[in-house]
Amino acid sequence: MSQPHRTPATGRIDRSVPVTFTFDGRTLQGFAGDTLASALLANGIHLVGRSFKYHRPRGILTAGSEEPNALVGVAKSAAAAAAGQSVPNLRATQVEIHEGMVVVSQNRWPSLAFDICAVNDRLAPIFVAGFYYKTFMWPKSFWNSVYEPFIRSAAGLGKAPTAPDPDRYANRYAHCDVLVAGGGPAGLAAALAAARAGGRVIIADEQGEFGGSLLHETGATVDSKPATDWVASAVAELAGNARVTILPRTTVFGYFNQNFVALAERVTDHLAAPDPSLPRERLWQVRARQVVIATGAIERPLVFPENDRPGVMMAEAARIYAGRFGVLPGEEIVVATACDSAWVAALDIAEAGGKVAAIIDMRPDPGAALVARAREAGIRIETDCVVTGVLGKKRVKGVLIGRRKASGVVAAGEISCDCLLMSGGWTPNVSLHSQARGKLDWQPEKGAFLPGDPVQAQRSAGSCRGVDGLAAVLADGAAAGAQAVEAATGTPAPVPDFPATGGEAGSGWWLGTVPHDRNAARVRAFVDFQNDVTAKDVKLAVREGMHSIEHIKRYTTTGMATDQGRLSNMNALSIASSALDNQIPQVGLTTFRQPYTPVTFGTLAATSRGDLFDPVRRTPIHPWAAEKGAAFEDVALWKRAWYFPGPGEDMHKAVERECRIVRESVGIFDATTLGKIEVVGPDAAEFLERIYTNPWKKLGVGRLRYGLMLNEAGFIIDDGVVGRLAEDRFHVTTTTGGAPRVLALMEDYLQTEWPDLEVWLTSTTEQWAVVAVQGPKAREAIAPLVDDIDLSTDAMPHMSVREGHVMGGIPCRLFRMSFTGEAGYEINVPPSRARQVWEAVFANVERLGGCPYGTETMHVLRAEKGYIIVGQETDGTVTPDDVGMSWAIGKKKPDFVGKRSLARPDLVAEGRKQMVGLLTKDATTLLEEGAQVTVEAEPARRTPALGHVTSSYVSPAAGRPIALAMIANGRARMGETLHVPMPGGAIAVEVVSPVFVDPEGNRLNV
Amino acid sequence: MLLIHCPCCGVDRPEIEFRHGGEAHIARPADPSALDDHQWADFLYMRSNPKGVTAERWRHVHGCGRFFNALRDTVSDRFLAVYRTGEPRPDLDAASTGMEGGK
Ligand SMILES: [Zn+2]
Repeated sequence: MSQPHRTPATGRIDRSVPVTFTFDGRTLQGFAGDTLASALLANGIHLVGRSFKYHRPRGILTAGSEEPNALVGVAKSAAAAAAGQSVPNLRATQVEIHEGMVVVSQNRWPSLAFDICAVNDRLAPIFVAGFYYKTFMWPKSFWNSVYEPFIRSAAGLGKAPTAPDPDRYANRYAHCDVLVAGGGPAGLAAALAAARAGGRVIIADEQGEFGGSLLHETGATVDSKPATDWVASAVAELAGNARVTILPRTTVFGYFNQNFVALAERVTDHLAAPDPSLPRERLWQVRARQVVIATGAIERPLVFPENDRPGVMMAEAARIYAGRFGVLPGEEIVVATACDSAWVAALDIAEAGGKVAAIIDMRPDPGAALVARAREAGIRIETDCVVTGVLGKKRVKGVLIGRRKASGVVAAGEISCDCLLMSGGWTPNVSLHSQARGKLDWQPEKGAFLPGDPVQAQRSAGSCRGVDGLAAVLADGAAAGAQAVEAATGTPAPVPDFPATGGEAGSGWWLGTVPHDRNAARVRAFVDFQNDVTAKDVKLAVREGMHSIEHIKRYTTTGMATDQGRLSNMNALSIASSALDNQIPQVGLTTFRQPYTPVTFGTLAATSRGDLFDPVRRTPIHPWAAEKGAAFEDVALWKRAWYFPGPGEDMHKAVERECRIVRESVGIFDATTLGKIEVVGPDAAEFLERIYTNPWKKLGVGRLRYGLMLNEAGFIIDDGVVGRLAEDRFHVTTTTGGAPRVLALMEDYLQTEWPDLEVWLTSTTEQWAVVAVQGPKAREAIAPLVDDIDLSTDAMPHMSVREGHVMGGIPCRLFRMSFTGEAGYEINVPPSRARQVWEAVFANVERLGGCPYGTETMHVLRAEKGYIIVGQETDGTVTPDDVGMSWAIGKKKPDFVGKRSLARPDLVAEGRKQMVGLLTKDATTLLEEGAQVTVEAEPARRTPALGHVTSSYVSPAAGRPIALAMIANGRARMGETLHVPMPGGAIAVEVVSPVFVDPEGNRLNV
Repeated sequence: MLLIHCPCCGVDRPEIEFRHGGEAHIARPADPSALDDHQWADFLYMRSNPKGVTAERWRHVHGCGRFFNALRDTVSDRFLAVYRTGEPRPDLDAASTGMEGGK
């Protein structure tokens, strides 16, 4: 555990605090302050993963969240790993190590060093761009047996944890004057400027430590202090300001409308034993008056053959590892570059104790000052040269050099090394600006897209908008912070001055493929490392007709990695532009989308999981039903008693018994979940007249009527029984799930179409619990409990309502109505008294030989009577006539919602599906709901079905299975034999009336 | 998430308090039976769906419950004006609309 690749002294790690962790079972040591990547590199480990498609060995490429290769699975401890609690696909460059951390590499089997699927790499010619679309098309029969199992086993990155996530996630809403995204020099300067002017500021940085590039810009000074000291004082100043919120380890991942910005804060991942009261992550939803984007720039890879070998690394990343983490990424380092910053990296690494063998610059004349310094450091310099290839598979062994000539590249030998640093220049990180819908401006002299005019209240500052050099970046940040706080608060804000030395601006860049002298057909130069997209793939996509960058992206999957293409986009775009023979701005970038980096589902779900995922509605009778052993079903948000199984009964037996008892004696049913709306006002009847198909004005006080509701297109959307309690007061019921929708629709018409009507609508669903009592002995069951209502059929006939009291003063609305075909009542009482009333009624029901019944029995009983359920017989394309309910339409009404549509040609056309009953010819087979119905038992291919089965039950009353169905011209087909084709053969059915029990309705009036 | 100014409550509130109600200023015909099938189909189904400024209905469903109308730019998603149901569509060229939520 010697960490042989540490520098002698540099870095911000604490060498007095060793940290032990395991990687693929091997125990390793790092220091406090290390990321997993820096600790692995300190131990000489570059090979950390296999690539997605070709399973090529891959090493650590970057030092930031854009890392495409070093994706690992992390568990907090061996115990957590054993319990199946781990997080896949974390970027080793972001993971801060802690004692006991268990890390596994991904995408390899059986081991990182020897991976079976690496055969994919040799099959590369068939895994070209678009291979998903080409390879797996034929033969069709291979799909289930070969292709899908193969794709499923090979696809995906890490392994999902096997145990439920034990962690807690939190959510916070916040408001601020200025949100600063990024805590590098520009971000800190902006936050200081905004905070000093009195603004409420939130500053977030995705790393554990603020400072950004200042943490490794070792020679720089700000305000005459060493850069890191200035960072410390800036953070201290911000922390001491009560109006500032500092969020380290927090990624600004989503920029939404009107400066609604989403942040993911990783609260405890970096701690070995966090306070259990802390959430693992916290989602911040911030409404910011102004946003300053200070997200810096990202160094761009060079696209040369074998640029993906472990040991190839971004130059600035190596500089960060050396300067900030005290790690040298190699013994013999070669630098391939097209820009100045890689020279600075090489010089810094050399100064930290590393051996830089050579700098290979594509440019003929790199800056003289840098060349002089490199010479002084004893570094071999090759200008006008390129790297044309990399030797070594699991680790760089050397590089091939080519010299650029007018005629092309000619080989110029090789240099042995174990680490190759590359830099194609810098890509300003415009992701958030782009997410905020800001356009991008192409700057040909910089080879970069820069943020154009913002659409939202935001501004970019520093190198994310192409500003180069530390002093300029600080000044730009300070100005942006001052402008932002002034715009947010209206108070003039001074621009603080942060004089700086060091971190000078550089020049030079390269886009697209690097020229080489190798056999183009045999080499691969990677553009998108994570998705294994090569320069050839991009060119092939163009050849095969993909001309839009969005199509090229999807065809090749370039830019679809977890970094959203921040590393790869510009090279891919450049290659595509050349292949298309078009200019870069004309081809254009693909859109940057949220999230900036992957966000765990846990963070997004926050507390919305388990019992808190969705509200659950329970009736006051629920505990009683649970005590009686009822099975429950979900209906909208409600839990409804489904059936009450007796000893030894399954669902079928219980429902059969409940149905029989209701028809023979009496059953008690919890109908509380029905939606209820109180419609009140002098124009209440007129309002209902317009909303429902039925006439209401002549409905007497104390009477009920079944109401049918259409949408304006003429289709049934809800139904329910409506009672008139007074001239100006109606008690409306709706379907169980329909109440909010119906109330919203009523409000819509009332507020926006008929504001002249004097009507008030109130949801009363929660104000009334409903005890339904159905069956020939229903009256007997409730009569002893009713205080002051005459229950005789003469005084209270079917379809009437009375207000009164039960059980010595409990107020009630008593409905005489039926959804079973039997005589029945629904007792509406305040929920607080519901259980008391229910138990009293139940005692009587039980004494009379009755029983409680659930929703399944309710469904059977209503189907036996041919009563529809909206949403089961209807599907949003069904008219009243289709279900045989023309009788519910007030013929004399001049208008109601949906009336005009009922005269539309297609709604009166012949051949519409109509509701009928179906009986299976064998009298024993139960049809499947949703099954198609055809004329022929074995219809020819492409024969349209006549319709489908909507409801199907075993009917105790009919003594056989019954079904309802929607059949073309169904009412004209009575007696016809049709067929229901099923996998086991067609089932013959006879078309019958949809009313199977008591068609005359005599039982309602007992 | 949009920030929407409810003209009834006089406050800016997040989008989750509201429900979108489709295009505004499509009045239900006073006498639907007087419309031919084509006209009726136009009323039922035809909407303008512009790229640019659209007038649309919103309801502050988890607040005051009132419907109101808004002008929104479908390109920028920016609210340009809110006004009460029944009021005419504001002239955007006229003076400022007093929007607080449209920043
Ligand atoms: Zn409101």
